[in-house]
Amino acid sequence: MRHVISVLIENEAGALSRVSGLFSARGYNIESLTVAPTEDVSLSRMTIISTGSDDIIEQITKQLNKLIEVVKVVDLSEAAHVERELMLIKVRATGKDREELKRVADIFRGRIIDVTDSTYVIELTGNTSKLDSFVGAIDASLILETVRTGVCGIGRGDRILRL
Amino acid sequence: MLLTGAEIVVRCLAEEKVEYVFGYPGGAVLYLYDELFKQDAVRHVLVRHEQAALHAADAYSRSTDRVGVALVTSGPGVTNAITGIATAYMDSIPMVIISGQVPTAAIGQDAFQECDTVGITRPCVKHNFLVKDAKDIASTIKKAFYIAKTGRPGPVLVDIPKDITIAKAEYEYPKSVTMRSYNPIIKGHQGQIKKAVQLLLEAKRPMIYAGGGVILSDCSEQLTKLVRTLGAPCTNTLMGLGAYPATDKQFVGMLGMHGNYEANMAMQYCDVLIAVGARFDDRVIGNPADFARIARKIIHIDIDPSSISKRVKVDVPIVGNLPDVLDDILRLLDGSADRPDPEALGEWWKQIEEWRRRDCLKYKQSDEIIKPQFVIEKLWEVTKGDAFVTSDVGQHQMWAAQYYKFDKPRRWLNSGGLGTMGVGIPYGIGVQLAHPGSPVAVVTGEGSVQMNIQELSTCKQYRIPLKICSLNNRYLGMVRQWQEIIHGNRYSESYMDSLPDFPKLAEAYGHIGMRIEKPGDVEGALREAFKRKNDLVFLDFQVDQTENVYPMVMGGKGLTDMILSSEDL
Ligand SMILES: Cc1cc2nc3c(=O)[nH]c(=O)nc-3n(C[C@H](O)[C@H](O)[C@H](O)COP(=O)(O)OP(=O)(O)OC[C@H]3O[C@@H](n4cnc5c(N)ncnc54)[C@H](O)[C@@H]3O)c2cc1C
Ligand SMILES: Cc1ncc(C[n+]2csc(CCOP(=O)(O)OP(=O)(O)O)c2C)c(N)n1
Ligand SMILES: [Mg+2]
Repeated sequence: MRHVISVLIENEAGALSRVSGLFSARGYNIESLTVAPTEDVSLSRMTIISTGSDDIIEQITKQLNKLIEVVKVVDLSEAAHVERELMLIKVRATGKDREELKRVADIFRGRIIDVTDSTYVIELTGNTSKLDSFVGAIDASLILETVRTGVCGIGRGDRILRL
Repeated sequence: MLLTGAEIVVRCLAEEKVEYVFGYPGGAVLYLYDELFKQDAVRHVLVRHEQAALHAADAYSRSTDRVGVALVTSGPGVTNAITGIATAYMDSIPMVIISGQVPTAAIGQDAFQECDTVGITRPCVKHNFLVKDAKDIASTIKKAFYIAKTGRPGPVLVDIPKDITIAKAEYEYPKSVTMRSYNPIIKGHQGQIKKAVQLLLEAKRPMIYAGGGVILSDCSEQLTKLVRTLGAPCTNTLMGLGAYPATDKQFVGMLGMHGNYEANMAMQYCDVLIAVGARFDDRVIGNPADFARIARKIIHIDIDPSSISKRVKVDVPIVGNLPDVLDDILRLLDGSADRPDPEALGEWWKQIEEWRRRDCLKYKQSDEIIKPQFVIEKLWEVTKGDAFVTSDVGQHQMWAAQYYKFDKPRRWLNSGGLGTMGVGIPYGIGVQLAHPGSPVAVVTGEGSVQMNIQELSTCKQYRIPLKICSLNNRYLGMVRQWQEIIHGNRYSESYMDSLPDFPKLAEAYGHIGMRIEKPGDVEGALREAFKRKNDLVFLDFQVDQTENVYPMVMGGKGLTDMILSSEDL
């Protein structure tokens, strides 16, 4: 099962390596990890996407909580939440492909943020499957490079993760 | 008050009432050593290899309720210390390690004797710090001691660059620590505790399984009271020996891979199991699927939530500090007129006595050749069961655990989790310094003892009168045993050739050496050795080379699938 784990952690040098080290040392899956300071700059917030049985996810949250610098851990996927990921994708855009790429980008509510004679950079946000579908929807031979931020997630409504 | 970083470090250690620092000097810690030189509140013990400094500090902690402290230099000082840190980490021993680091400006430049200490130790410490400003030293050291000792204990490392030890800062030792990200749980959940008591009172075949957590949190008394109140059998893990008195009739012995027959059987066939500061290690419950084959209710008390339901699903998890949780349980039991059904309990004990009659620790005595088990039995007799016993790793460790009956906590010191050969003598050093005048025996093998043999020199310098009992079987016996049982007697590299003359070696270090070859001389030699209160005596017992440790549960097998003697093979 895929889980979205949110972590509030002291914004200190080395904190990230403690988390990533934990995953590699214990052989836990990590699909993506995003991290940045919160509105309170002494704290960082991470979103970790991991897959595993319930037992493993339980161990992951327990082990994360055990890290001295971790303040709070929540498995967002236990309840309603939203996820977003940002992708920048550079495509070869020449001839009739220019029109077609623009059309597909519009359908996915993407924005073209850089244009040259032969390329576009398209910016797209959404959940992982939306970004995957976009990549699937355009001709693979046109893709020059892609870069994705990994997922960040937040609980819906009254579910609030803070100090 | 404006002090240098080095002065601050030493003041902090004095503030923490540190009696001994075990260490080894070098370039990055020269200023620290200079400050140690100028005072006499904190005493330094110079080992001969950094690994031993860590082990000695670890043993100081294991045999007391204090935090052990070690000091090493950057680079090779730290890398030599890693085995010692990992050993303490695996057994949850509270320690503070201070390591020197290259000057701040040189970090990352591949400077002389630089290594990424915070990175290299991260997986084997409870926490670590790199101090980047002299003004942070005091608060960091305060935190280090606090983190080491509270919650699930463990080693904490503080890495201090050389320039920080020279820089000056205002010094004041913080009175207390608060950390928003670290608040160990103390009290157990009252609802869960009630449920646990209910289950225990309804049990027909109760079983108490106690581990290192009882020793670490000094609650043997409460455990003993719980066992007596319930009238239930009690087993201890290798790390828990001494938590419940081994000579008591409710004690069924150690459990696990080399555990007693009756302990393993009771563990498997009980209907309510309460795990007290024990972590269902793979050497303890064997194959988890086989263990789960029989339905039983499990209560698990542990301060570390990640120890619970890690390998075995439990019914009543209680996260909390053992002494507090046990007090709550005892209070509920005291306030209740109910007791476990005496008839059912009687049946249960009848069954256990039957298992006990298998006498799983019996061995064939010989008049010709010394049996290793016999040496431990005699050691127990001669020391009246009251010595501190440290052990190395191997067959001799298991025999010491099986045949020396520990009645008190913190008397048995060994490396359970990491299984580190070479801890024996350095553990002896740490224990003896913490308990001057008490008898300290080191049970070792000719393989293990050579892994830190240089510490005989430290023992000389600090007059540490250990009684080293080497069960010399000329084999890496534990390896040989596995090779005999699963590798068709192919003894690949498990024979020890060209052994030194150990008694002579001990003499070369300025100690007393004895070689004992006949069973009839064992007791006399031990008595003679322990009579020499101020001397270190190295007793080189030439023991049966072919002896194996039984009972034995092979890897992957169920707990009740025990080999009881070589005839079962
Ligand atoms: C050659 C060899 C053979 C071995 N064979 C055996 C064997 O036959 N039998 C055996 O038992 N072991 C054996 N071991 C040891 C084994 O590997 C483990 O080290 C040991 O079983 C672990 O003991 P434990 O479960 O008591 O846990 P420990 O490692 O002592 O852990 C203590 C537990 O208590 C908890 N705790 C700590 N403080 C508190 C507190 N204040 N409140 C609540 N909880 C707390 C901790 O969180 C932890 O979960 C062997 C080792 C070697 C090297
Ligand atoms: C540092 C280290 N290396 C290797 C091992 C693997 N090992 C476990 S027991 C053992 C043999 C120990 O031999 P000895 O000290 O002579 O004890 P014996 O088993 O013969 O009593 C070995 C090699 C270990 N536990 N620790
Ligand atoms: Mg040997």
